[in-house]
Amino acid sequence: MEYAERLSNVTVLGAAGKMGSGILLLTALEAADQMLKPGNREKHFVVNAVDVTSSALPELMKYIRTQVLKAAEKKTVLLRKLYADRKELIENSDIIDAYIDDVMGIIRPGTRIEAAYDSTLIFEAVSENAELKARLFRQIDENNAHKPWFFTNTSSVPIGGLDKEAGLEGRILGFHFYNPPAVQKLVELITIASNSGEMKEFALQLAKNMRKVIVPSNDIAGFIGNGHFMRDALYGINQATALAKEMPLHEAIYAVNRISQDFLIRPMGIFQLIDYVGVDVVRFIMKVMNPYMANEDLHSPLLDRLFDLGVKGGQYADGSQKDGFLKYEKGRPVSVYNPDKGEYIPIVTFGSQVEAWLGELPGSAPAWKNLVKAPDKETLAAIAFDNYKTMGTHGALLALQYARRSREIGMKLVSDGVAATAEDVNTVLLTGFFHAYGPINDFVV
Amino acid sequence: MIAGYNTISMGTGRKEFNPKKERPGLEHYLKEAGQGTLQQIGGAGNVDEGVVGNFMAARFNKQAHLGAFLGMIDPQLRLKPSTRVEGACASGGLALVTGIKSVLSGSAEVVLALGVEVQNTVKAIYGADILAGAGWFQRRKEGHAYFFPGQFSDRAGVYFEKYGREKTRKAFARWYRNAVENARLCPTAQEYENKTADLEALALTEPNPKSFTDHLNVFDCSKVSDGASAIAIVTEEGLKRCGVAPNDAVEIAGIGHAADDLTALPADPARLDTVAHAVKIALESAGITAGDLATVETHDCFTIAGILGVEAIGLAPQGKGADFVLEGHTARDGKIPFNTTGGLIGWGHPTGATGVHQAVTIWEQLTGKAGAAQISIPAEKPYGLSINMGGDDRTVVAIVYKKSA
Repeated sequence: MEYAERLSNVTVLGAAGKMGSGILLLTALEAADQMLKPGNREKHFVVNAVDVTSSALPELMKYIRTQVLKAAEKKTVLLRKLYADRKELIENSDIIDAYIDDVMGIIRPGTRIEAAYDSTLIFEAVSENAELKARLFRQIDENNAHKPWFFTNTSSVPIGGLDKEAGLEGRILGFHFYNPPAVQKLVELITIASNSGEMKEFALQLAKNMRKVIVPSNDIAGFIGNGHFMRDALYGINQATALAKEMPLHEAIYAVNRISQDFLIRPMGIFQLIDYVGVDVVRFIMKVMNPYMANEDLHSPLLDRLFDLGVKGGQYADGSQKDGFLKYEKGRPVSVYNPDKGEYIPIVTFGSQVEAWLGELPGSAPAWKNLVKAPDKETLAAIAFDNYKTMGTHGALLALQYARRSREIGMKLVSDGVAATAEDVNTVLLTGFFHAYGPINDFVV
Repeated sequence: MIAGYNTISMGTGRKEFNPKKERPGLEHYLKEAGQGTLQQIGGAGNVDEGVVGNFMAARFNKQAHLGAFLGMIDPQLRLKPSTRVEGACASGGLALVTGIKSVLSGSAEVVLALGVEVQNTVKAIYGADILAGAGWFQRRKEGHAYFFPGQFSDRAGVYFEKYGREKTRKAFARWYRNAVENARLCPTAQEYENKTADLEALALTEPNPKSFTDHLNVFDCSKVSDGASAIAIVTEEGLKRCGVAPNDAVEIAGIGHAADDLTALPADPARLDTVAHAVKIALESAGITAGDLATVETHDCFTIAGILGVEAIGLAPQGKGADFVLEGHTARDGKIPFNTTGGLIGWGHPTGATGVHQAVTIWEQLTGKAGAAQISIPAEKPYGLSINMGGDDRTVVAIVYKKSA
């Protein structure tokens, strides 16, 4: 089956979710672009947007329409060529409208799994539940005559297990987007030995057409992205717990968040990142990964505690941040949660005290947004870390320890065979997590 | 001409500009520019009639009938004759020509000439559709998404082939640098706050045909701008009535106004024939040659148009305009300073206002009112020239101004 034919009937499962909606958008755009190629005009393309939450579908379609409009406005130069034979489409606005109609015409929203029975490709972005995923795959596969391919967006469940559970005989691979899929450049590609060469080639071509950076990962729970993130998060949580012997827990959380953001020159502190992903989601991913981890307990009692107290983080439908470890106003942290007291303590009441304890952030540590734009990022980061080595402040010491642990986690992913190279680990952190320098480097040692 | 006034050129580059926030409309700019001129001429009571140059308010702002905004600028202008004129990006030039003709015909002693455009109401990709109205609509389908950048990219392509790409791209970069450096001297300019250190290196960014045109990059293009300009066109009688001293006025020494067939294609894309024709008439009617000019405001909607303008004036032979620019002759300290407040690329290009803005700039230079952007006007060269072009070299207004003796 050639590339365009494989895309002629696609189903996205969990299409109304955070990840599913982005995957739906990218898939529909790619299907439309195939449809508009001169040789494919007679072919019929369908992308089924399947989600159990019927009430979420109208919003989903609005989101897709807005995003397709933006995409069309960006590529009007190309679209004018693709629609050159449509005499009635003269102005850019005519062409953009026609493209939106064409993309929207491909998408069929619905709640019924049966839509996938005619599909040749199934993208799965349902909740991170191995049993549910396997059950859906099996049901679809048993009712689908096309021997479809299953691309799962799981960030943590091993692919080999799903393959076996659902009886797919190698017709499944991991195609893991980062949030939000429409923006984030990274896709982790997890293949298994029984995948056909044709399937792997198709996956690479699709990712390339979606303009993604592909990093291959071995089929080990958590892969590279969560393999690093979960351990990094656990380290940050444990660092805060340890610090809580010297200061109240909310101050310790604030301190570690500041170290992992400003001292480490990352886009977000570790607790803000946990909130962004969701306290509940991080806890859940650890739970999914933990059974596969030998000699390691990927589990945090503090996350359990927050979860039990109903403090979950994550995002509202409009993309704004829900309160988790931190409380946010206009996207900025203003208070820190203290589980002992069950309340948020305003940063203004203790922030300067913690900062005094940490010691001054040296001028050689640039803000992340400046570092990430600098042409000589690595050199600048190295200067900052060299400074930490001689400063002797709490902040500098904890930052060095944090960075060294992050490096160790990265190197273990290579030695465990999750990542093929140190460069792959760094690429995941640079593109998937927007770090300004890779964790595996020489200057934090 | 007396009492010129420019609003700021609003758009990307200006600190005040936020595409997500509501911005002032046509009314604001017309009022500010109109009142700016009225204040210098003893009030609206001295005005006999008005003329408003505007290109596409009907689409950018869903507003036609711009002549009838005159009374909004000042109640004393109500019931006075007022006309809106349109000739694409030469609309401002047409407003000047129309005002000059009223004065020459004896029907007015004082004409308030305005130009206005508010373009940031739509994204650039839709603005391109609107501006494409300056070309023949029957050719829109075959044109580029960014229609006019596409047209001038084609001209640049022909010029590259005939006279060399490398030197020409370098000349484009120099043109851009001159434009921004001049704009930094003029507080109303859109690029006034441009802080880029190496402007030529930036301007040498390779064009990307996938997202834009084959031969031009965005630095080769004029700005998308909101703004208005105003100036008063007066007889000697009118000058007295307004109480303005003669040395605060410039004399209109010559005019060249030409329109070519909108449906015709250029005979040689590496030439601006209509510009050459209009400039020739303007210089002849002023009784001078290009050598007598102290400064020029030319219609550099694109860098290539700037270079072709140099050749059309006759300052350099065909194919040598790029060298003329690279040798520094058009810079503010060169032989003949061009676009001394940045032109369309540096100051901005509120399309229907541009012709009037050019006149205001020359008026400022010849009367010593250009502030930090002031150049020296040699006594033996008391002339300035403005070239305002509509569409792809279709309507052109060239005006020669003379410093008052």
